[in-house]
Amino acid sequence: MSGAAPAVGVARPRVEGPAKVTGRARYAADVPMADLAFGIVVVSTVTRGRIRDIDVAAVQDMPGVLGVIDHRNAPRLNPDAGHFFGPDGGLQLLQDDVIPHAGRPVALVVAETLEQARAAAEALPVTYEVLPHDTDFSADHPAGRAAMALFDGPVDVGDVDRELAASAVVVRERYFTPEEHCSAMEPHSATAWWEGERLQAVDSNQGPFFIATVVATLFSLPLEQVRIRTEHVGGGFGSKGLCGPQLVLAVMGAMHFARPVRVTLSRNQVFLTTAMRPAIEQMVRIGADDDGRLRAIHHEAAFELSPLAEYIEGCTELTKTLYATPALRTRLTAVPLDILPPYSMRGPGAAPGSFALECAMDEVAERLGIDPLELRLRNEPTVGPASGLPFSTRNLVACLREGARRFGWASRDHRPRMRREGPLLVGTGLAATSFSVGAFPSTASITAEPDGTFTVVVNATDLGTGARTALTAIAADALAVGAEKVRLRISDSDFGPAWSAGGSRGTTSWAWAITEAAAKLRSSGDQGTVTVDTAQLLNDLPSRERHSYSAVFAEVTVDPATGEVRVRRLLGMFAVGRVVNPLMARSQVIGGMIGGLSMALHEEGVRDPVSGRHINADFAGYHISAHADVPDIEADFVPDYEPGIPMGIKGAGEIGNVGTPAAIANAVWHATGSRQRALPIRPDRVIEEHPLQ
Amino acid sequence: MREFAYQRVTQVREALTLVAENDGSRYLAGGTNLVDLMKCGVEAPTRLVDVRSLPLGGVREGADGGLVIGATTTNSDVAAHPEVRRRFPALSQAVLAGASGQLRNMATVGGNLLQRTRCAYFADPSQACNKRVPGTGCSAVDGAHHNHAVFGWSRHCVATHPSDMAVALAAFDAVVHYETLDGGGEIPLSEFYPPVGDTPQQETVLPSGALITAVSLPKAALSPWSRYRKVRDRASYAFANVSIAADLGVHDGVVRDVRIALGGVASQPWRARSAEAFLRGGPASFGTVPGGG
Repeated sequence: MSGAAPAVGVARPRVEGPAKVTGRARYAADVPMADLAFGIVVVSTVTRGRIRDIDVAAVQDMPGVLGVIDHRNAPRLNPDAGHFFGPDGGLQLLQDDVIPHAGRPVALVVAETLEQARAAAEALPVTYEVLPHDTDFSADHPAGRAAMALFDGPVDVGDVDRELAASAVVVRERYFTPEEHCSAMEPHSATAWWEGERLQAVDSNQGPFFIATVVATLFSLPLEQVRIRTEHVGGGFGSKGLCGPQLVLAVMGAMHFARPVRVTLSRNQVFLTTAMRPAIEQMVRIGADDDGRLRAIHHEAAFELSPLAEYIEGCTELTKTLYATPALRTRLTAVPLDILPPYSMRGPGAAPGSFALECAMDEVAERLGIDPLELRLRNEPTVGPASGLPFSTRNLVACLREGARRFGWASRDHRPRMRREGPLLVGTGLAATSFSVGAFPSTASITAEPDGTFTVVVNATDLGTGARTALTAIAADALAVGAEKVRLRISDSDFGPAWSAGGSRGTTSWAWAITEAAAKLRSSGDQGTVTVDTAQLLNDLPSRERHSYSAVFAEVTVDPATGEVRVRRLLGMFAVGRVVNPLMARSQVIGGMIGGLSMALHEEGVRDPVSGRHINADFAGYHISAHADVPDIEADFVPDYEPGIPMGIKGAGEIGNVGTPAAIANAVWHATGSRQRALPIRPDRVIEEHPLQ
Repeated sequence: MREFAYQRVTQVREALTLVAENDGSRYLAGGTNLVDLMKCGVEAPTRLVDVRSLPLGGVREGADGGLVIGATTTNSDVAAHPEVRRRFPALSQAVLAGASGQLRNMATVGGNLLQRTRCAYFADPSQACNKRVPGTGCSAVDGAHHNHAVFGWSRHCVATHPSDMAVALAAFDAVVHYETLDGGGEIPLSEFYPPVGDTPQQETVLPSGALITAVSLPKAALSPWSRYRKVRDRASYAFANVSIAADLGVHDGVVRDVRIALGGVASQPWRARSAEAFLRGGPASFGTVPGGG
């Protein structure tokens, strides 16, 4: 580096931190706008049926009301529009009278003020023809069929049945996780308007370029005519990876009323209309020899989805990575039900998949009388168990050994129900984790400014994770200048194609484009503007098993008289490649571990068994771990480096969520002697009839 | 939320008059429950009479040597009051086990007693609910039952009373004092919430238009060793699966005084009088408890 000290690897606070804590940072619903009208969404109160009537005349003359958009007057949408899994019927709002799920938007009421719009929306009479619905998920539901195989497709290695028959122990168990909701603090909001021929929108999403392509297709507009911006985002957790109903309806409003229209979802509507994790049932069979060597893993997962859109909850992906086994079988089953289309949420696939696999591994250790840590160490693979490909790097053992050392695992009595403190039972547990990493094609431009600074333009999105700060450091090092010389511009679809903030691939994808652009600019003598696209470079990357790894350790207390589980300690050791910013990376993985704790003990979307509707669709009813639930958490990183990706980085976005639920469930078993195979681990699932005996 | 008038009052009589003259009027204290219910369409008052400026705040010594807690005293102030903590610690603990610090700073003692159930079906105007609209039926009876009543419920309603504070007040034989335009009165807390029966919409026996002015705790209930224990789905900011306010007086190994009230199990704080009678006069040991080890 010529002169400037490296910025990557240095702990720095967020560059936009002062703006956020002083309120200067504008979120989508805060952007001032002249002549703004407000739209309030009206959602279906029935789970399946048809709209019989929407009595617009009843609200048309209410104060400030500009009008109502419903299926009779809404702009026609292109049914081909979709997301990563193909056409998405979830986007086809206000196109017909069909109600495919509870909470489906049926009208947008637009008025001069937010209050007027809300008053009219509440007063709008909507009547329905109610049809029978089915929201009862189970793995053996007759509608179940093989999931789409775009990724995490079925794998058959070796002869699972023969290996299981030859095993000294076989564990065969089922695991259940409920519907869970992303629950970002910032509700989804969009403001749309026309500027001449161009549709403009400020929206809360995880990738404005991708969202712009969806909007262009949906409204049959050339992409050049659509501009979406996403300056600050208050969390997404997956729910803002899609083109949300707020944006579709705001655009309809701007078209219909020819003025700017803002649509902000209520908290209840965020639950009812934006993506959730589906309910999942998993079956795991593991066979092992006396010495703990695995002979077979059979992992099947069934998840619910909507007939409106394909989706893959890739629960068996990490099963193809984590352990050496001569026989491996995986299957994914999709069960279509009358529900909101589910989508990726906080470690999709891996978080629930790891819960099943790592709890089953703990049962194998119990049956064999082997230390659960030792069981994992004995099954380290040399190549990908399903792919046969070499690992680019694999630092799971380092995570396990260092985590065990810091946690004090060596002194653990592995027998259950041996530690008691007054009325409480105490236990510890662990889980190992991998999370697929990589990069997707992105573009970036860098301009060498006359004053010696550099303007870096990349279509990144900062969900609050610190992406701006990380990319500034990466650009500074790539340009061999101080971070103060870098001006970063992000989150505007006009900046060109780039991967969204999702799949734990944002930083790697954007950083790749930035480093390529910087190299090109430097080789041209730091003159003018260069623009790069990494598509070809990514194609040239040799196939390898590329993953982040972690080991999570948990200590819990259980009151057997009340069923209350409290997590007393959490420790996570992570191998996430080179750490760009230790301060923010630690925040990210700690946040993920809290998400995992929340998944383990609290989060559960509850449906009314009669109406099929969510009955806890707000933060009073849908419990996320509160501060008092969050214990002392230690998170740290082992040295790691990904040779295939510039700067050696991997991705730390979601791995924190993974592993923690299994570590906690295993600790609850260690405390009580009872296995918890359904999440969340509620008091009624733990309470004992005779706790003192 | 619909439009409503708002009026702040400084005299009790002024408050009573304003509410008496308009059917749609409601008293507003902390607003921590009423305003939520207005937002979701369960409550639609035409006028809110803000009683927070009435001279009804504070905790003082009662004539019998007990405590009198003014109706507009905030939950936070009740919990922190030295005499509450010294004489009735379970009351302080119960208050602190409820809601969040921000809500406790707003919520008042009078409002706490009058808060509505948190039954999800009650809060959703598109679901049938006899408490919200009498005669429409109870969606909760055949619905999700988590945290619904186990005692004293009927086919007409299975909702629970959500208050923690009221559970401790029930254990201490608290008395509710009120004013009306025709004069004042008092109701023992044990009679304040009527049985559910077929009238779940009748949540208290307060006369129409009455304003709670204070809650008193008799000296006879003095319980310096009382405790409140709340079991809930997460460590804070959750309603009780079940909670208990209890006091036990033991002399020479014999239970002399015992008070047990349960929360989260019925449409009112549930005084466990049979259990108290069973324990009173008996030996104070684990062996006394059926099923105890």
